[in-house]
Amino acid sequence: MANNNFRTCPDTGLKFNAPAENLIKAHAVAAVVFLLVGGLYGLMVGLTRWQAVHLLGAEDFYMVLTLHGLNVLIFWMIFFEIAILYFCSSVLLGCRLATPKWAWVGFLLMVIGAVMNNVIVLQGSSSVMMTSYVPLEADPLFYLSLILFAVGALISCFVFFGTLVIAKNDKTYEGSVPLVTFGAITAAIIAVFTIVSGAIIMIPTFLWSVGLVGEINVLAYRMVWLAFGHSSQQINMAAHVSAWYAIAAIVFGARPLSEKVSRTAFLVYILFLQLASVHHLLVDPGLSSNFKMFNTSYAMYLAVMASMVHGLTVPGSIEAAQRARGHTAGLFTWLRKAPWGNPVFSGMFISLVGFGFLGGITGVVMGAEQINILVHNTLYVPGHFHATVVLGSTLAFMALAYWLVPVLFRRELVWKGLAKWQPYLFGLGMTGVSLFLMGAGTLGVPRRHWDIGFAGTGGITHEFPAAAYTMLALNGMSVVLAVFGGAAFCLIMVGTILFGKKLGEEPMAEPCMVAPVTEEEYNANGGSAFAIPGTVVLAMVFFVSFALYYFINWKYLAETWGIG
Amino acid sequence: MSSLLPPTKKIWWNEPIHKSELLWISLVFVWGLVMTFMMPYWHVVGKQNLGTETYQTTPKAFQTTVQAFVDKYTVRNEGPRNYPVVAPPAGGDVYMLARLWDWWPIIELKKGETYRFHLSSLDWQHGFSLQPANINIQVVPNYEHVFTLTPNAAGEYSVICNEYCGIGHHLMIGKILVVD
Repeated sequence: MANNNFRTCPDTGLKFNAPAENLIKAHAVAAVVFLLVGGLYGLMVGLTRWQAVHLLGAEDFYMVLTLHGLNVLIFWMIFFEIAILYFCSSVLLGCRLATPKWAWVGFLLMVIGAVMNNVIVLQGSSSVMMTSYVPLEADPLFYLSLILFAVGALISCFVFFGTLVIAKNDKTYEGSVPLVTFGAITAAIIAVFTIVSGAIIMIPTFLWSVGLVGEINVLAYRMVWLAFGHSSQQINMAAHVSAWYAIAAIVFGARPLSEKVSRTAFLVYILFLQLASVHHLLVDPGLSSNFKMFNTSYAMYLAVMASMVHGLTVPGSIEAAQRARGHTAGLFTWLRKAPWGNPVFSGMFISLVGFGFLGGITGVVMGAEQINILVHNTLYVPGHFHATVVLGSTLAFMALAYWLVPVLFRRELVWKGLAKWQPYLFGLGMTGVSLFLMGAGTLGVPRRHWDIGFAGTGGITHEFPAAAYTMLALNGMSVVLAVFGGAAFCLIMVGTILFGKKLGEEPMAEPCMVAPVTEEEYNANGGSAFAIPGTVVLAMVFFVSFALYYFINWKYLAETWGIG
Repeated sequence: MSSLLPPTKKIWWNEPIHKSELLWISLVFVWGLVMTFMMPYWHVVGKQNLGTETYQTTPKAFQTTVQAFVDKYTVRNEGPRNYPVVAPPAGGDVYMLARLWDWWPIIELKKGETYRFHLSSLDWQHGFSLQPANINIQVVPNYEHVFTLTPNAAGEYSVICNEYCGIGHHLMIGKILVVD
């Protein structure tokens, strides 16, 4: 094959294959567009839930909430993840991309599906939320648009797998693939499972909506849909953990503490994560307690263990690299001396902490069979997943984009002052959103609900505590903050692509990548190459928070009515 | 050598694991066992374990059953919608239906008594959310879910819907009264 369409990046030394590069650019741009659109819908949701503002009418609220979920949870995420897959295969392995034509077909199908979905929902007859639980029915084109998008994503996954085969055959790398590529492979394998589950449920539902299938079983729909809906969040997680490792390598030259441990932790994701979708069904009729306990614990919480391992090894690898480079004093000098003004690092670190402390702990706690009774379908649930998906995945992807977009487009990042603050603004706003939604949920406020004041029921009302209203107001303010942060990100990205100083063959003003820490540097540190006392202390703080919060919730549960 | 490059040592799976990693892995594994154990443990000692008894039904059949229950045990009518208040015998069966967009009928229970609840939907999926007790249960059509509830405090409780069920979702509210 033609080998002349490779360029070597003067800043990173990475080899870019032209078709792969163009595809990564296209996916990244599409991702940012859908993030912007979905984020603005999110603003409207937040301002409506703020009862004193109550921006939208009920009908518009449910429509916009449907759009918000689909645009940010599905379209932004998957577009960016396909960009990551192509980067982790073609670029990191230095090989050509398999079947670029098919990759473009995949991209086009995804764009058509995503745009069509927005148009259909905006017609107003498909305000069925992202979950579209039957027998609530949407326009047939709603299901069709999702099927098109999913087929596109599936094609892209296979282009990724094909590219791995090419790299192997062309021997463009020696030994095993890099850890970051390994993580991307797990994300892609989970993606195939996820998309196939989506097809299994969306195709019959589409046929049902056009009258070719008589009935869709509601319980079967819930189980299979969540094998798609929940597992798609596991793609995000595998992808953003890969992004964490990538950023640790980019900013610090870090290597994994142990290839074996980190890779096994990724592998465990594939083996156990799918079971987790059952934690959406814990208060459903028709499932036995044994089934619920086995699956919701992901078979003994092994996938949770994997995430907690990454939670130690990612900051641990940073600590080891920093210590090797001389930041050896005390417990936390390595962390204090980290480049907090570099959005690539700050975004990644806020993502790590937010995902672990806010998203991870709450997810595991509410996923316990009995505790789930307290929070199922309350605002606690969106509170939790704004910590995992937005603070975790979205912020990690933003952080990676600060590095990837200038490298790809060969342009200087614009508005560096704003970029420096953006992760903090977005992180703080989203932390607020997550905490206040969870707070309201703890007080019983339902999710996807236009008016907790119950005006219009003809006098039958429920008095939520005043604190619930305060929480929703604080949530609204946090949403505004987060949307400023998100919009700043989109502006900086678009600005960089359009107006960033062209670099050509010149290197960037500041080096964008740190040379890998060498074996000698690691060993120079008194032979204690991988002593990570600071990270161990942080991990223990995490563990104690986790255990406390876990048992507090059992205590809450014990105080409610007897349920048998 | 970095996470972006292939491992320098080809045989990376034989490398020793550092003790801080081993310590953490052991700790979180044990923690996973503790959390796994907590769920069956609560089935033995806890009083909040949602029953899983479920029957297939149809909206029509379920509505007929609920109507018979209402006819038998209604003690009065009240509220803006003049709904029947149904007081089943202590320890008896309670039938409640979800529909667009309310919960029917109003139920009156005695504190400390255990009742067998039967829940189903006549149309779309709904979410039984008992407030402020904060008990949340999925309600679906064609399946009758049977479980017990034991109120532990007297008062007026609301049943609100927390599964999105169309444009009137936020109007869907019902009542359960608990008397001493």
